[in-house]
Amino acid sequence: MPKVVLSSGSAGQQYTDGQTEFEVEATTFRRLVLELEQRFPGLGRQVEESMAVAIDGEIFQDAYAAELKPDSEVVLIPKIGGG
Amino acid sequence: MNYIDSGLKVVGTRPIRPDGVEKVTGRAVFAADTRSAGMVWGKVLRSPHAHARILSIDTSKAAALPGVRAIVTGADFPNIASEEAFVGEGPMNFRDLSLNVIARDKVLYEGHALAAVAATTQAIADEALSLIDVKYEVLPHVIDVEEAMAEGAPILHDDMFTSGVSPKPTKPSNIAKVVTFKKGDAEAGFKEADVIVEGRYTTKPVHQAYIEPHACLVTYNPDGQTTIHSSSQGHFMVRAYTAKLLGLEMSDIRAIPAEIGGGFGGKTLVYLEPLAVALSRKAGKSVKMQMTREEVFRGSGPTSGATVEVKIGAKKDGTIVAAKQVLKYQAGAFAGSPIGPGCMCGFAMYDLPNIDVVGYDVVSNRPKVAAYRAPGAPITSFAVESLLDDLALKLGIDPLTLREKNAAKNGTKTHYGPTHQNIGFTAVLDAVKSHPHWKTPLKPGQGRGLAAGFWFNIGGESSASVHVNEDGSVTAATGSPDIGGSRASIGMMVAEALGVSAERVRTTVADTASIGFTHVTGGSRVTFATGMAATQAAEKVVEDLKRRAAQTWEIPVEAVEWKDGKAYPAGSNAGAFEPLDLATLALKAARTGGPIQAEVSVNAQGAGAGFGAHICDVSVDKETGQVTIERYTAIQDVGKAIHPSYVEGQIQGGAAQGIGWALNEEYIYNDKGQLENPGFLDYRCPVASDVPMIEAVLVEVPNPRHPFGARGVGEVPIVPPMAAVANAIRSATGLRMPDLPMSPPKVRAALDAAG
Amino acid sequence: MAKQYVSTTINGESAEFLCETQQTLLDVLRDVVGLTGSKEGCASGDCGACSVIVDGRLVCSCLMLGVEAEGKSITTIEGIAQGEKLHPVQQKFLEHAALQCGFCTPGLIVATKALLDENPNPTETEARYWLAGNLCRCTGYDKVIRAVMDAAAVMRGETV
Repeated sequence: MPKVVLSSGSAGQQYTDGQTEFEVEATTFRRLVLELEQRFPGLGRQVEESMAVAIDGEIFQDAYAAELKPDSEVVLIPKIGGG
Repeated sequence: MNYIDSGLKVVGTRPIRPDGVEKVTGRAVFAADTRSAGMVWGKVLRSPHAHARILSIDTSKAAALPGVRAIVTGADFPNIASEEAFVGEGPMNFRDLSLNVIARDKVLYEGHALAAVAATTQAIADEALSLIDVKYEVLPHVIDVEEAMAEGAPILHDDMFTSGVSPKPTKPSNIAKVVTFKKGDAEAGFKEADVIVEGRYTTKPVHQAYIEPHACLVTYNPDGQTTIHSSSQGHFMVRAYTAKLLGLEMSDIRAIPAEIGGGFGGKTLVYLEPLAVALSRKAGKSVKMQMTREEVFRGSGPTSGATVEVKIGAKKDGTIVAAKQVLKYQAGAFAGSPIGPGCMCGFAMYDLPNIDVVGYDVVSNRPKVAAYRAPGAPITSFAVESLLDDLALKLGIDPLTLREKNAAKNGTKTHYGPTHQNIGFTAVLDAVKSHPHWKTPLKPGQGRGLAAGFWFNIGGESSASVHVNEDGSVTAATGSPDIGGSRASIGMMVAEALGVSAERVRTTVADTASIGFTHVTGGSRVTFATGMAATQAAEKVVEDLKRRAAQTWEIPVEAVEWKDGKAYPAGSNAGAFEPLDLATLALKAARTGGPIQAEVSVNAQGAGAGFGAHICDVSVDKETGQVTIERYTAIQDVGKAIHPSYVEGQIQGGAAQGIGWALNEEYIYNDKGQLENPGFLDYRCPVASDVPMIEAVLVEVPNPRHPFGARGVGEVPIVPPMAAVANAIRSATGLRMPDLPMSPPKVRAALDAAG
Repeated sequence: MAKQYVSTTINGESAEFLCETQQTLLDVLRDVVGLTGSKEGCASGDCGACSVIVDGRLVCSCLMLGVEAEGKSITTIEGIAQGEKLHPVQQKFLEHAALQCGFCTPGLIVATKALLDENPNPTETEARYWLAGNLCRCTGYDKVIRAVMDAAAVMRGETV
């Protein structure tokens, strides 16, 4: 099952009562978001709106289709902008 | 298709940019150059106070002035519930944006807009502003970040409770949020260190200082259809934000991108456009608005001033075993400093086992921060790269060797989560090592500094269309405003894919009604994401052209190949047909299916991170404290330079901005919280005589996720300069300057103190 | 107050206009005469984006009143090219990619012409100090100075 790490800079901890690492059953980023919302109400929305995700090191922003492998490491970080 | 490693004919060359002639003849139309028959002029009333309650606004005298056509205040704008949404670039709290565009019950900084008028001439509009009677209750203000965090500081927002702390606070604060990033165990790591160094660094707010002030021309029609010409880094953002702030339908707004005279992040949001639309609606006329330079300094979005504390522990051989950082960034009047990237970027270049970073996003009574080129990164790297220099000195290790020893490589896990892939930091450091500048002995009295920098670069949504005109020439249109020559590189990528010369492709920037959604020009994303969309569109056109050739020759499409702008039968078995070029196929377009074009929209993922290292030689005048940049070399991994001249230009421009940030630029406030230097005389940006030639060295470690291997380049170059200059000053004088800017009075004072 | 009638020469052609006495030459060029090539960057003479040449002298048009144009000969960016033929300074700016956003470019080109009219063989340092009154935020000045030096060589007949 993919391991999800909530980087605390991503403001997601307020939904998980401080928990920062958990396993989630999902094969796509979309499914991951739905699972997170179910487990921690509000987190899924937060992830969609203001977080980027690094899947096995590569950063994705706004990508439902991004694939997760069974041993994927998923890190949720603040969305990155620029100037 | 992937063009990395193939023989390229156009990409990598240096053609003249397609929009160049109109720019050197003064014909290019910037927002302030636009006109509309019967238009009226809009002007903004701004708060003279740093912090005050608005007790009343009486516009009656102003309204009675002949020539005044409309006046708006906060009462004319819908109130928006606090909500974050990701539209444009970065999360945007629309309630805060609305309050920033026009104040409601409080003004939160000197320069905060609270009313706007439209009148037949600029002079009448100015006079009308002076007739608006505002009663303020002046409140105590606070600007410095640590003062704003302190117990007893004047509170800007009664409903701001620090997020990111547990338990949830019950007292309002100026600390909007706290963020932390950890890897390993820093405290344990420090116990293993042979040497520990610490530093405390401060920076002042600086402005992006684009030479073109914000400007727009807006026409609101009685049926609600609205046209906006404005200077912005993203017309889709202008449309969306304006619609959101005024409660309008997005499809009723057509935002047309004018040429833009610089942005650097400061034009990735709106200031004037919603005011102009509201005025145009009330006046029943087109409204033209432009900020004065003073207004730009007082009323737009300078970046954070900050305090950064760093502690680094290392082994005798230079291996860093622990690092700790506490960052406090000004957000301005509303939450939203780039504290996140500030926390993430400082150590992103290094492979460190134990890292502990804490960051504070702090509001205070100065303008709301807007993005500025690699937002958050220059500040954090000023601190980290300065301290690394001190560490190198303490260890007796060459500063380049120290960085090589700890450099992030492919597979290095960052402290903020992702693992680096396909990065070029080692290649950059190798390029430093072999560069003549690094090897040249220093002249007497001079000092040399080295510093590194990093930026993520982003991808995101872009749309591009490629049309083959009836004569075989090509038009490429995208939704990306051109702030640095991107029309050239996009045209070149399209030309390469089509196999024609760069001159055969004309590139335009299309408005919101004419092309698919495109994210702002920022985040170093255009060559990457819009280039990707344009290349894919060109490839679709190529497939279409092959199909038409196949139809013409009556052979299967698999038997057609496309090379150098022509369709060829693939091998002698396919048939002995003369090649068909674009012009010939275009002439017959109607017979082979209709117009030849393709539009592609992407949400580009896989933007490659950028790394740079700068070498700076300085001399310091001991009498005046003036620092002269004697030699400057900026080395950067650019993936693949599509148009090398414009890539070099980004690096040189970013370096110059960093040099200004290092040596002279700062917001100077009086004790009333009013800006004392809102002009280019006293807000001192580098001029031509302040800098030498800036050698830009392009290292190319291709990003495999882009068809040509390109990485974003625009933001990395502003990250290393402040520490490069500070380290050079230390090398020249033995003095560590931890407070920016390192202006002559400060340098002279430090020299005096050292005796 | 009534507008003032002004008669002057702009880019070699006689021009006349009505303007208010407090309007700067920059305001007049842009809003009255319609020549928007000269830009307003600061309106206080600090950025050079409004540079024009008046009777052979480089001037910030934001520091001069429109009424002061009476009887003078003014060259703006619109008068630098000769019809379809670009001035060597313009051509070299393009070749060297000495512009990015292009906003400071008209001012820089006019200032460069004024430099080379007075000093056809400037050193790099002389060029940098002459152009210190033209702020550019995009380029870091490197390619600008290269373009200026190259244009100077072309105008001296040393190269093309």
